Amino acid sequence: MKRELTCVACPLGCTITVELNENEVISVTGNTCKRGEAYAKTEITNPTRSLTSTVKVNGGILPVVPVKSDKPVPKDKMFECMKIINSASVDAPVKIGQVIIENILDTGADIVATNID
Amino acid sequence: MLNYDLVVVGGGPAGMAAALKANECGVKNIIVLERAETLGGILEQCIHTGFGLHYFGEELSGPEYAAKFIEQVEKTDIVVKTDTMVLDINDENVVTAVNKEDGLLKIQAKAIVLAMGCRERPRGALEISGTRASGIMTAGTAQKYVNLDGFMPGKKVVILGSGDIGLIMARRMTLEGAEVKVVCELMPYSGGLTRNIVQCLDDFGIPLRLSTTVVETHGKDRLEGVTIAQVDEKLQPIESTKEYIECDTLMLSVGLIPENELTKNVGIGIDRITNGAVVDEMRQTDHPGIFACGNVLHVHDLVDYVTLEAQLAGKGAADYILGNADNAPVYVNTTTGNGVRYLVPQRVNINNKDDVKLYFRVGQIYKNAKVVLECDGKIISSKKKVKLAPGEMENVVVPADVLASMTSDSSIVVRVEE
Amino acid sequence: MCYDVAVIGAGVIGALTARELSKYNLKTVLIEATNDVAMGASKANSGIVHAGFDAKPGTLKAQLNVKGCAMMEGLCKKLSVPYKKNGSLVVAFSEDEMHTIKELYDRGIANGVPDLYILNKEELKSIEPNLSDEVYGALDARSAGIVCPYELTIAATENAVVNGVEFVRNFKVSSLEFNDGVFEIRCGDNIINAKYVVNAAGAHSDEISQMIGDNSVELIIRRGEYFILDKAVGNTVSHTIFQCPTKMGKGILVSPTVDGNLLIGPTADDIDDKENTATTAEGLANIKKYAVKSCPSVSTRNAITSFTGLRAHPVNDDFILGPSKICDHFIHASGIESPGLTSAPAIAQYLVDMIIDSIGDVKTNDSFDGSREDVFRFRHATDEERAEAIAKNPAYGRIVCRCETITEGEIIDAIKAPAGARDVDGVKRRTRAGMGRCQGGFCGSKVVEILARELGMNLNDITKFGSDSKILFENTK
Repeated sequence: MKRELTCVACPLGCTITVELNENEVISVTGNTCKRGEAYAKTEITNPTRSLTSTVKVNGGILPVVPVKSDKPVPKDKMFECMKIINSASVDAPVKIGQVIIENILDTGADIVATNID
Repeated sequence: MLNYDLVVVGGGPAGMAAALKANECGVKNIIVLERAETLGGILEQCIHTGFGLHYFGEELSGPEYAAKFIEQVEKTDIVVKTDTMVLDINDENVVTAVNKEDGLLKIQAKAIVLAMGCRERPRGALEISGTRASGIMTAGTAQKYVNLDGFMPGKKVVILGSGDIGLIMARRMTLEGAEVKVVCELMPYSGGLTRNIVQCLDDFGIPLRLSTTVVETHGKDRLEGVTIAQVDEKLQPIESTKEYIECDTLMLSVGLIPENELTKNVGIGIDRITNGAVVDEMRQTDHPGIFACGNVLHVHDLVDYVTLEAQLAGKGAADYILGNADNAPVYVNTTTGNGVRYLVPQRVNINNKDDVKLYFRVGQIYKNAKVVLECDGKIISSKKKVKLAPGEMENVVVPADVLASMTSDSSIVVRVEE
Repeated sequence: MCYDVAVIGAGVIGALTARELSKYNLKTVLIEATNDVAMGASKANSGIVHAGFDAKPGTLKAQLNVKGCAMMEGLCKKLSVPYKKNGSLVVAFSEDEMHTIKELYDRGIANGVPDLYILNKEELKSIEPNLSDEVYGALDARSAGIVCPYELTIAATENAVVNGVEFVRNFKVSSLEFNDGVFEIRCGDNIINAKYVVNAAGAHSDEISQMIGDNSVELIIRRGEYFILDKAVGNTVSHTIFQCPTKMGKGILVSPTVDGNLLIGPTADDIDDKENTATTAEGLANIKKYAVKSCPSVSTRNAITSFTGLRAHPVNDDFILGPSKICDHFIHASGIESPGLTSAPAIAQYLVDMIIDSIGDVKTNDSFDGSREDVFRFRHATDEERAEAIAKNPAYGRIVCRCETITEGEIIDAIKAPAGARDVDGVKRRTRAGMGRCQGGFCGSKVVEILARELGMNLNDITKFGSDSKILFENTK
């Protein structure tokens, strides 16, 4: 089986063809660099995305503080993660890098604040 | 009247980097005037990641990228006034500003760095017919509501324009629970980065319709729907392709315009294509001592490049203030050749001892084309590019030794060869 | 509680009539269906003070236009409303059209219009060099001017309220009955009683008349679309430039506005839907086509917005003013199309004289003060005035709208004013915040914040223009 992907590793956006046997990658073609190959392999076996949103702040200047997952989370778990993020809250003051949700959905990623409040 | 060596108008990424660079070069007396409540500019509401890959080698969110500069500014003696609006700059470098605490401020500057950024094109410029319902807003306004104010500006969304802000907002709105029905793009290609189309649209199954525009809005109070249509080669809507889409929100991401009202009032020359000032390699405008950098000069797609450009302006301003600037510059204009829409800087002082990087955008999509730099009829470099797109800023370097060999009659041309 | 007079409709006619009534010892209420004043034709028209040569001699239109034109400058000065006597030119493009110019001139003289002149091509081009080279000549009406129609309505309402008139908004009249000398005016379960009713409900005045069984008001809704161009091209012409009139109206004009923009339009299309203020692709294309005929340099690339206004064209072609044949306490003020804005001060006087005659023994209101102090406008102030204002109220030191240089203080003033702003568009009309080239891209969300704070409401309760024009949905978190 063959799958076509658009690489997101850099702005070039190469069209990459991945040949598969079940879930095993046999070959990667169409990429112009090594990063493309790595991207294609992860994208086939376990696609991940970094997730950004906001979390409610109690007693802050703004009602919400921006957050991100400190490492990418599985693509198919983004909406499940959002449910947890949406129900979380944090008390002001908040610092950049402060962990707000630890190891979200056992993905190994923490949800951390990316601004102060 | 206050006196400062350097007045920086705008405390976003460009203003902060310029002020920091000037400070590092030995300018003592610097003030940054910022209209928002905090430093950071538009980065404060750009909570997605992807900033800093080039400059810091890590993927940061907008506020994180800004924070790195805010921390540095706080460690210096640079004076910062937030919630302060610059009203006027006159041709004797007097800056008039206003805020709640100081009232009217008049500041005599030795040099000025313009870093006011850009604004989004509004609906009016688009001639979309239909009602004046609520729920029609620019993508940036929607971004502020969602990311800073914590309110949903809509539930069923159509986005017009596939620039990066539009794409980013498609993802943000979807993650926050809205339904993004379609992203329409007037041109046959997207103005955004390919990676954003994949990560922001494809990931969520949001269709991108190229050569398609919104022709009419419906709904008396809140928006109830829009009519979209495909366009022909002349970008005119094709009647038979009209289609009604139910939605409560229309987000516009149809272009950014550098905010150059202050610049124009000084009488500084403006480039017709970039809508920013005409500058030299240190980003000095045709008004000595006034520099410009960041999105007020030309719209960038990566903040990393804004930072680099602002550092040039900061260095240039420092040289000007400290008397290290070239008193007898010899300028050669840079010329756009085939396929190149604009070049920044628009002119280069050939006495300059360093390599000069020319930034440009192409007018259409090219595949496997060459970017050619030609000086005085000689091809200096010819670089093969797999892809060139209007949405992605490119650059080419004019080497110092080439500049050293030039005279005032020399030419610098950048063109695309297919 | 029974009012002496209820004025239905807070457009320019209703507002000025209410103000005129406040000169007397009468209990007056001004009733508005929407969330703000000037929400119908009064917010979306050309803003022209016509000299008065268009209407047929002997009509109410002719009589009240010339009178209103003469009153406008003084009234605007009293109410601190932007007005400029810039003069108008009806431009001819052929020998044939010069005959029309002559006819208009003669009609103007018959109507008593002062300062009318016929210009030849050279004279015309010397005062308006950006006009087309195809022009033959023009009718020069120097008494004509421009005014901001919604500011006039807002100012008149404020002044009426200061002088004792009550203003009731969001009261859409659902029924109207006259029993034992008293009207019962209903909006659902809410009732207002009054002895007299002035029907100034604009495009809806036929429906209001029908509520008391008077079917004499016949209106055709005529849609007019406009473009507003950037201030950068605001000085393309200094006069208001008309083309020769047709039976659908005065044609596409090109005019400066009192705020320094350039206005082009309107189209004229008869439509059925009184609520249909949508712009159309055809209409906007037509404006471009005809505007370029007058001024070739006009380009909609400079457009900052477009809008549609609805005029209530009376089938008999004249204003409908005076008591209903069904009930003489019900006073018509219907069919007020162009030159309705110009005539408004004269219409108000005409109607109020009629009401006072009918009531009989009415004392004047000795405490009436017809002047409205100009609000502080940061953009018009000198540096000294600015510094002084900020020292008194720091909110004048915070610029909210960058394009038009509008301060937070001005926005708060607009909200706190008598009959003040309750929504984003209301703030915009009173202060110009959001009217500049970015059209509220930056300040829109700040205005929402200030409205919510000053009115003690949630951000997501603030609307663009009342009813269901909500801006924000629920909290994200």
